[in-house]
Amino acid sequence: MSLSVQVSSDGARLTILGRWTAAEAPDLLAAVDTLEMRRGKIELQDQLELLDLTGAFLLRRLERHAELAGCTLQWLTPRPELLGFTDTLNAEGAAAVPESAREPTIGVTLPLDRLGRWAVQGGEAIRNVVDFLGRMFSVVGAAVRRPTALRPRSILRQIYETGLQAFPIVALIAFLISVIVAYIGAQELKQFGAQLFVVDLVTTSVLRELGVLLTAIIVAGRSGSAFAAEIGAMKLNEEVDALRAIGLNPIEILVLPRVLGLIIALPLLTVIADAMGLAGGAVLSWLIVDIPFNQFLVRMQEAMAPTTFWAGLLKAPVFAFLIAMVGTYRGLQVRNTSRELGRLTTVAVVESIFLVLLADAIFAVIYWELDF
Amino acid sequence: MNQVVPAVEVRSLVNRFGHQIVHDELDMQIVHGEVFGIVGGSGSGKSVLLRTVLGLHAPRSGDVRIDGQSITELDSKSLLSVKRRYGVTFQHGALFSSLTVLENIELPMLEALGLPESVVRGLSVQKLRLVGLPDDAGMKFPAQLSGGMVKRAALARALALDPSLLFLDEPTAGLDPISAGHFDELLVYLKRMLGLTVVMVTHDLDTIYRTCDRIGVIVDGRMISGTLEDIVQHSHPWIREYFHGARSRAARGA
Repeated sequence: MSLSVQVSSDGARLTILGRWTAAEAPDLLAAVDTLEMRRGKIELQDQLELLDLTGAFLLRRLERHAELAGCTLQWLTPRPELLGFTDTLNAEGAAAVPESAREPTIGVTLPLDRLGRWAVQGGEAIRNVVDFLGRMFSVVGAAVRRPTALRPRSILRQIYETGLQAFPIVALIAFLISVIVAYIGAQELKQFGAQLFVVDLVTTSVLRELGVLLTAIIVAGRSGSAFAAEIGAMKLNEEVDALRAIGLNPIEILVLPRVLGLIIALPLLTVIADAMGLAGGAVLSWLIVDIPFNQFLVRMQEAMAPTTFWAGLLKAPVFAFLIAMVGTYRGLQVRNTSRELGRLTTVAVVESIFLVLLADAIFAVIYWELDF
Repeated sequence: MNQVVPAVEVRSLVNRFGHQIVHDELDMQIVHGEVFGIVGGSGSGKSVLLRTVLGLHAPRSGDVRIDGQSITELDSKSLLSVKRRYGVTFQHGALFSSLTVLENIELPMLEALGLPESVVRGLSVQKLRLVGLPDDAGMKFPAQLSGGMVKRAALARALALDPSLLFLDEPTAGLDPISAGHFDELLVYLKRMLGLTVVMVTHDLDTIYRTCDRIGVIVDGRMISGTLEDIVQHSHPWIREYFHGARSRAARGA
């Protein structure tokens, strides 16, 4: 019971009772909002046990309801002190800031506004990327003259983390994917009685495309995100600023070792993926199509052009460069909040996978033209 | 009843990390309506004590009571109702970075009060004004605020459920002396207006002199507590050094 109402001929008397605190807030709100106000005189009486700021807020709401209904309010007991306090709070706030300072959003201006903003942001993004590439290559240029700038120890650590530690997952996925390709291929080719060509299918697709592409996508998800998150966390912790203040170049310390490390690691992983892919094809050919292992090897040699293996492997350093650059670039863009960190890590993975696929398409066209 | 049962009571608290003994039979009593400052050297276990009282750290042994209820013995539901009775600010604000200041203040309200959002918005704006932040600060994200504003916003969130007990971890650390001074004034003002009990871990001698009714000093894993005068007169070498060093003289002179 928080309110008691006594109706008289010319108005009502409200007695405020009990505890008006945050814990009772829903009941209090219901009591206040269900109260029917009629024009007239309302006398208020304070018999409160406990009043806190939330209670005072709701009591003020009651007063305002009554005022809006055209009642005249009168406190029989002194008005609670905390209620006066909320009045001063509201007065201060009302004086300080106008209600709305928002930009007008009229339908016609909206698309133009968006377009302009998009164009400006796009231009800025391109400038930033070019700027980042420039810094990167100037560091590389400096490193040619001063090889210690390459930081072999950091590079080795990156090779270990992005290459060696990714070894099991890359091997497993390459094996499984090539089993799937061989299986579907065998089913289709059976209709023509050409099951032997499963070997050609596996060899060409794994060596030219699947091995390197799958590896790049796994590495983008594994290491691209790690690059962005590591560097982003360092940005938030002001470690990147600290590097700069000490006189070290963050690109040289953070970006270059990751880029170079991945450029070395990804081709190595690709070789593993190629080998496991072929092994998967061989196992499936033996189990499903009854091609014994030595025959698989012979057929594989025939299916391979001298360039088949290199056509795949050549792409690996390019993919590695893209993944590492996107990851580190997005990491360095993190500012201020941990939400940015999460967002840019996601952006890094999505963009690097997209760029890898785009680059792969360009490679396909070039190889076609060169008859490689 | 309030006069009899202390707001916070810690009895024979022991905390150990490996071989390092942080608290060795530490006792602390905080009376309703006072501002209690916890002081100690770096690594003396001020923050661990605060975390233990808040129930964020399980002590090796000992008893912690808030309003007479032992937080180590309560089931999770009763513990929640105890937690709703106190507000906390952390050293670096710990505002949720993905929410605006108003949303930060509203989060505990929406969880605990069961009020519709329109009413909660009114309450949170009131809290914002209570700690002296301008209304337009409410729409900002924590990253857009200055250090002093972060501390105030954190205080507003701590006050969201109108607690009677407030824990502050280094409320003025990292603020310039003027902002710190304003924060002290705000604290004294709020304590008077809302009848708060405040427990504060601090290094700031100015804050101690301006706000604290009583002080507890953690030395050698135990607490020596008393009024400011008592503590200043205390003979323990660390306390003498703390309150009679060059920096302390300057603060008292002010």
